[in-house]
Amino acid sequence: MRYLPLTDADRSAMLEKIGAPDVDALFVDVPEAARLSGPIEGLPMHASEMAVEKHMRRLSKKNLAAADAAFFLGAGAYRHHVPASVDHIIQRGEFLTAYTPYQPEIAQGTLQMLFEFQTQVARLYGCAVANASMYDGSTACWEAVAMAGRVTRKKRVVLSGALHPHYSEVVKTMAKFTEDEIAHARPALQAQPDNDGLIARIDDQTSCVVVQYPDILGRLPDLQQIADAAHEKGALLIVVNTEPVALGAIKSPGEQGADIVVGEGQSIGVGLQFGGPYLGLFAVRDPKHVRQMPGRLCGETVDAEGKRGFVLTLSTREQHIRREKATSNICTNSGLCALAFSVHMTLLGEKGLRRLAMENHRLACHAADRLAKVPGVSVLNDSFFNEFTVRLGQDARKVVRKLADRGILGGVSLGRLYPDNEELADGLLVAVTETTTEEDVETLASALEEVLA
Amino acid sequence: MNAPNQSGWKPGTPVQDHNAMSGPDTVTGNRALMLEEPLLFEIGHVETTGVDLPEPSGATTRLGGMERAAAIGLPGLSEPETVRHYTRLSRQNYAIDLGLFPLGSCTMKHNPRLNEKVARMPGFADVHPLQPVQTVPGALEVINELAHWLIELTGMHGVAMSPKAGAHGELCGILCIRAALEARGDARKVVLVPESAHGTNPATAAFAGYEVEDIPATPEGRVDLEALKARLGPDVAAVMITNPNTCGLFERDMKAISDAVHAAGGFVYCDGANFNAIVGKVRPGDLGVDAMHINLHKTFSTPHGGGGPGSGPVVLSEALSPFGPLPFTARTTDGVVHLVEEENAADYGHVQAFGRMTAFHGQMGMFTRALTYILSHGADGLKQVAEDAVLNANYILRSLEDVLDAPFGPSGPCMHEALFSDDGFAEGLSTLDLAKALIDEGYHPMTMYFPLVVHGAMLVEPTETESKAALDQFIMALRSVAERAKAGDETMKTAPHYAPRRRLDETQAARKPVLAWNDPNMA
Amino acid sequence: MARYFTDEHEWIDLEGDTATVGITDYAQGQLGDIVFVELPSVGTMLEKGKDAAVVESVKAASDVYAPISGEVTEANGALEDDPALVNSSPEEDGWFFRMTVSDKSQLEGLMDQAAYKSFCDGL
Repeated sequence: MRYLPLTDADRSAMLEKIGAPDVDALFVDVPEAARLSGPIEGLPMHASEMAVEKHMRRLSKKNLAAADAAFFLGAGAYRHHVPASVDHIIQRGEFLTAYTPYQPEIAQGTLQMLFEFQTQVARLYGCAVANASMYDGSTACWEAVAMAGRVTRKKRVVLSGALHPHYSEVVKTMAKFTEDEIAHARPALQAQPDNDGLIARIDDQTSCVVVQYPDILGRLPDLQQIADAAHEKGALLIVVNTEPVALGAIKSPGEQGADIVVGEGQSIGVGLQFGGPYLGLFAVRDPKHVRQMPGRLCGETVDAEGKRGFVLTLSTREQHIRREKATSNICTNSGLCALAFSVHMTLLGEKGLRRLAMENHRLACHAADRLAKVPGVSVLNDSFFNEFTVRLGQDARKVVRKLADRGILGGVSLGRLYPDNEELADGLLVAVTETTTEEDVETLASALEEVLA
Repeated sequence: MNAPNQSGWKPGTPVQDHNAMSGPDTVTGNRALMLEEPLLFEIGHVETTGVDLPEPSGATTRLGGMERAAAIGLPGLSEPETVRHYTRLSRQNYAIDLGLFPLGSCTMKHNPRLNEKVARMPGFADVHPLQPVQTVPGALEVINELAHWLIELTGMHGVAMSPKAGAHGELCGILCIRAALEARGDARKVVLVPESAHGTNPATAAFAGYEVEDIPATPEGRVDLEALKARLGPDVAAVMITNPNTCGLFERDMKAISDAVHAAGGFVYCDGANFNAIVGKVRPGDLGVDAMHINLHKTFSTPHGGGGPGSGPVVLSEALSPFGPLPFTARTTDGVVHLVEEENAADYGHVQAFGRMTAFHGQMGMFTRALTYILSHGADGLKQVAEDAVLNANYILRSLEDVLDAPFGPSGPCMHEALFSDDGFAEGLSTLDLAKALIDEGYHPMTMYFPLVVHGAMLVEPTETESKAALDQFIMALRSVAERAKAGDETMKTAPHYAPRRRLDETQAARKPVLAWNDPNMA
Repeated sequence: MARYFTDEHEWIDLEGDTATVGITDYAQGQLGDIVFVELPSVGTMLEKGKDAAVVESVKAASDVYAPISGEVTEANGALEDDPALVNSSPEEDGWFFRMTVSDKSQLEGLMDQAAYKSFCDGL
């Protein structure tokens, strides 16, 4: 077996040193009845690299890769071009095969990277401090809600109806166990987000208001108005962002008064990967909230010779020290994805990020205009970044399937996201990035014309 | 502009080594292949970019008045500078690719590169989680095939694939237990956890709304069955047990523990962090376990990546499977694999799901790697994995117990990790000092001060991917530092001497946290 | 003014109806460098034996239990900027909080300076 270096001669010599007659003697504490008598049922014996690769390639080929289709899916995961050097760097063994940097003297590479990553995220979000990342955007969203409960000591959570439904589901699932009360409105297909309705639901018992920006329909709510209303009632504003590229074009949540900003970082550096692993981003505007944050934090310090260095810090918040009193049970971050994000962001720089954002927006505007010309299609949004909602006048799920039959990945139907909500059934989310060509837009538009006819 | 020595690095010449052989300080602060690297914020510029993108056209926007006016403060680098920045940083890390990484309980084994290649196949890496299912049958088959082997390897009934990491899986398992209890109208309040458990266990139980109580241990490092039985009762929802446990020992009484817990109406959660020691040899389902998470990055060698991403599928007993979260995959008799989500769960009779743990379907990139690993090893290889991991750990235990105190050594063989204590170290020297001295010998230290039940604990897990020659060299190094610790070698207190950094001031880091870079010119 | 000690290594100064609470020199020595102290906010009702504050070193967080029951009237704001005061002056400048005393009889079981010293010597 190519991954196991011991030879039979090694094994014999080691058993002799141990004083055991055979390897089974080392499993003496496993009761006889619990030991497997034969190999795992149905599992073949070991296989060569070539044979396994062939099997996996066969499975891979069954899927329609985004690159092989006109592709318009978003709804929390976006397809962007990732520079080749990003994947090269994250495959360096010193990053790929390192552990969590608990021994800082021999982990400065990971630690300095995390410090840079935290700074990049904090600046992008307009916040003071970001952590070293969470599992993904949806779990970061729940952690933010839990943190708001710790800060405000209140238990009522107001969720915007335009929050990604998977994120709402995660929050609702967790809240069942923590006994937080969730106030959640159903989304409505309106050109503008319903800020007034949201604000009306904030009361004195509210710990936080959770708003997505841009929201699930691609709209851009004015956050300052919500922040002011939340603060007036002693609640925190949590802003969720699932498309970080947007923040190269639109105001940061922090500068509009958001207290906690969380999001999905997948767009930058990570790739689609059928949903994971992704990258949860988490930041706070006010540094005084740092000790209530979940997750790992990297901080600057000096070594015994006075040289600058970095360590994981404030770890008394975490489970390995606080055990049942920890701020979260989270034990890991999304280290390698954070590296990919940081490398891609370094390659972009502010200038590149702004250009990337404007290119996304330009193409999205073009697509919206073109699709609006398709008979039966109307664009819902007044404003959007790189994703908008169109109404098709018929069940969008079926339309998406018909488009897929033609090799077109035409968007995410609202029926897929809100299966129990008939009013949304004719809605289709269309995302457009720098990877979308004008030819792709034309392909979608003409296919829609045929499918809708 | 890359000014020399901005980060203040100086050659780490050890104080006791001022002789003719040690060279002069260098003007750059570099030391041959050991290259210092400033922060991105000190070398990059907001006007620099390493990506070719078109200039904005100046056309009108539809951003609804939300256009960003303020600067963001994100410096960029050209591609060559970027590659060099991160390559230089990478060289300040220890990694499995460089040497033995004996972190007990963390399972740092070789990461096969085929797994990386497979995960990057376009049909896995470049598919969107919400693509129409008709366009992703292969991806669903990967999830289902891995789920199938996880069930077979553990002898369980079902598996929840979506949890994002081990602790997330733990949470999933405990929430299944709570949902199952609530479904039968049983409001139990207490979860029992051994003192030797990972910190995530009590943190998870507390999050799920349970009071946490300790399970007592026997002097030989296992759960005290009689004491546990005495504590069981109608208020105990579950016990959380790690098996093999964090002392590196198999819980001999596991079946009796499970039977007693079940008889008292509770559930058995097994922390599967150490499943790698028994994979292919023992099935937790045969021991009465109701739920167990599997850290794919441990047993099935998906890369640790400097701290994640992990992946934590949870295998479930027949009693708990109905409560597993959405989404999951199901193969129908026609051989087709389906994605079961909120909208079609009822069609599959899955109406008691406790909810959803995460957006989308779990860590697909880890599933492809883990499945590749399982198929590469096969039934014979996985069994050999467990046997060699246990053999290597026992070889270390027996090669060092004459110089290091092994508190549970006399009670028999260990499983995949060997536990030592600081008993016998000279006054003033600690486990930390030994660990730092081991860094100078070119090794990452073992897990320290865990489990909490052993003073100055050192938990050594070599894994099965180390050769005998690598083990022998490590044993030689560890013997040497152990002997120095017993002899009172004061130089250990200032170790490491040869690492890119000396000991870091963690007190300063925590007292005055600096968690983001602030431009000193702006202050 | 009377000073009392608990077997959890807290000291209590009683002045009239107000008690000042901190941790002892022995306790700070055991904890090592203090990096953060989480204090109860003014108005918190404390119950004897329950969590009142948390004191953190780099690698440990220890709960400080309320030695007696009462309401918090003041927290030592100086510890926010300079938690090291607990190390340098544990029994004076490094005090944690002041509180009312709801039941003076709760002080009866506590140790005086001499008793506490022999308690520590015995550890």
